[in-house]
Amino acid sequence: MTKGRGIFVFLECTGNRIEEVSLELLAKACELQKLSQEPLYGVAIGKEGKELETQLLSLPVEKLWWYRYDGACLPALWEEAVLACIEEVLPSVLLLGGTPIGSGFASRVAVAMKTGVTADCTMLELDEGGNLIQTRPAFGGNIMASILTEKTRPQIATVRQGIFPVLTKKHQQAEMVKRRLSEQDSGVRLLKREEKSLDGGITKQEILVVAGRGVKREDDLEQLRELAHLLGGELASSRALVEKGWMPQSTQIGLSGNVVSPQVILTLGVSGTIQFMTGMKNAKKIIAVNTDKEAPIFSIAHFPIVGDLYTIVPNLLTLLKERE
Amino acid sequence: MIKIAVCMKQVPAYSEGDMDEKTGLIKRNGLETIINPYDLAALEAALQLKERLDARIDVFSMGPKRAESLIRDVYAYGVDAGYLLTNSKFGGADVLATSYTLMQGIQVIDDYDLVICGKQTTDGDTSQVGPALAKWLALPSYQGVMRILEVSDKQMKISQDLGKFIQFLEVPLPCLISVNREEFLPRMPSFAGRLQSKNKEIHYLALSDLADKDENHYGMKGSATKVKRIFPPAQTQAVKAQFLEGRDGAQAILSFIRKE
Ligand SMILES: Cc1cc2nc3c(=O)[nH]c(=O)nc-3n(C[C@H](O)[C@H](O)[C@H](O)COP(=O)(O)OP(=O)(O)OC[C@H]3O[C@@H](n4cnc5c(N)ncnc54)[C@H](O)[C@@H]3O)c2cc1C
Ligand SMILES: Nc1ncnc2c1ncn2[C@@H]1O[C@H](COP(=O)(O)O)[C@@H](O)[C@H]1O
Repeated sequence: MTKGRGIFVFLECTGNRIEEVSLELLAKACELQKLSQEPLYGVAIGKEGKELETQLLSLPVEKLWWYRYDGACLPALWEEAVLACIEEVLPSVLLLGGTPIGSGFASRVAVAMKTGVTADCTMLELDEGGNLIQTRPAFGGNIMASILTEKTRPQIATVRQGIFPVLTKKHQQAEMVKRRLSEQDSGVRLLKREEKSLDGGITKQEILVVAGRGVKREDDLEQLRELAHLLGGELASSRALVEKGWMPQSTQIGLSGNVVSPQVILTLGVSGTIQFMTGMKNAKKIIAVNTDKEAPIFSIAHFPIVGDLYTIVPNLLTLLKERE
Repeated sequence: MIKIAVCMKQVPAYSEGDMDEKTGLIKRNGLETIINPYDLAALEAALQLKERLDARIDVFSMGPKRAESLIRDVYAYGVDAGYLLTNSKFGGADVLATSYTLMQGIQVIDDYDLVICGKQTTDGDTSQVGPALAKWLALPSYQGVMRILEVSDKQMKISQDLGKFIQFLEVPLPCLISVNREEFLPRMPSFAGRLQSKNKEIHYLALSDLADKDENHYGMKGSATKVKRIFPPAQTQAVKAQFLEGRDGAQAILSFIRKE
């Protein structure tokens, strides 16, 4: 086995800033590094500019590669750039954000290095042997699986935004290697890039009403949506309703959806699987309505209500309208 | 004519499955199965392309023998040939081994212009097999594909949802794309298609049919990751639940929301 030393973090950049998920990963990497005492590295691919450069230089990494690039996001190109750095230092661990971009090339790097990749981890620890214990919820039920990449390096893991706390430590003057990246003669043409509007989106809401499989008919969602709007928020859902095609994926809360932390979350007919709860357990006030008094969601709810959403929701609507 | 390979997987009908405590693998026996809903979108994308230009669609699936019902089902949609990669040596595969096996299967059949994967599976749920397969096939990959705006036998124009922004690209073929589910809502197979599907042959690919016959590269042996331990998640302290219905419940919720 190639030994591998150090922890390597892919720093995802949008415009002139480093994505939050990458800073969360760095914070985790610092924590792991305290145990292993191995060096920390970063690689960024992002637009040339002083602002980004200053941010990058302040990161607590030993060495940093910065590919200055403002072209299309191309996984094959990203993979080559990151591989070039990895091959210089042969890290033991490579961490990437579980974003569309990070997960778009993490496994390409894994194949190039003939190693493993564990997607969407919720816990990362090191054992004495330097193995990264990669823990993620598994198989729908309330089960966590700890996964090891024992024989190959680097050990590659992706983590979604909001799972780890963000980096606060900033001091080191990192050694920076500047490179340029160019879309070789791949024949790809970037036609345009459209920013997505940020206002909508359930991750930006302070109040969320969440519909689960306890909602029996697609038409009933209208009432729930009205309720969300009257409360000043939006309607979100568990994966159950996304799989039915009743709610768009963009409104899904959970590990394979969005991680949210609003002021108030009201779940209606959601059982509370680990995948779901991972996505919302940091909400300030969690109110859960479920007919089953054993529902796991009650283990994290601040206000658990054993009750039928079909008797409660119409009354909520009436009360809220009376006030107007 | 363009040749399209679509990768599709059979998954348990319910996200919940039993797990073998020793091996950490899902016990698939006895569970009702469906086609991974995200892969029906991949198939839909291929079918839409076939309506726009001369195309052949082959489906590849890796799984146990009983996943042959997936091949039977997709024939009803008008798929040209369906290949089931099935062998006792293929079981227990992680991203690395799954993508390698799919690559081996695809390569013995043809050089495809386009490989289409779903966004994710509902059981493995990594979104990693598509890009990994592309790497094995030495192809570029494009994730989060929302629409195929234009297509010819040489290139395509696509739009991709990359989280914070949408990217429009013109890309040459061959390549691999992973498609979003929402923009490719699957159709229902036609009655005629269903009838015709009965007579179509299901093609099986075992280890002996592949170029690389070294069993160490497949299944659990060929996997870089191993499940070491499974355990129930930690439960936080519960607040005692209240039994509330109707107006009482509604009132209690509103005052709880307003409480500082
Ligand atoms: C790899 C993987 C990743 C996943 N990722 C996610 C994810 O990101 N997000 C996600 O949500 N899921 C995810 N899942 C799916 C998850 O395991 C569950 O299947 C899903 O969360 C269940 O949704 P639910 O709670 O709405 O439905 P159920 O589990 O079916 O629960 C419905 C609940 O409604 C209650 N109920 C019924 N009628 C009423 C009523 N009238 N009033 C009040 N309560 C009622 C029932 O008691 C029950 O508790 C994932 C699964 C896998 C395998
Ligand atoms: N066993 C398999 N057989 C065929 N295709 C697969 C298999 N596993 C994964 N795929 C493809 O890879 C995509 C991503 O799967 P995953 O990485 O498991 O989330 C799926 O949507 C399929 O298109």
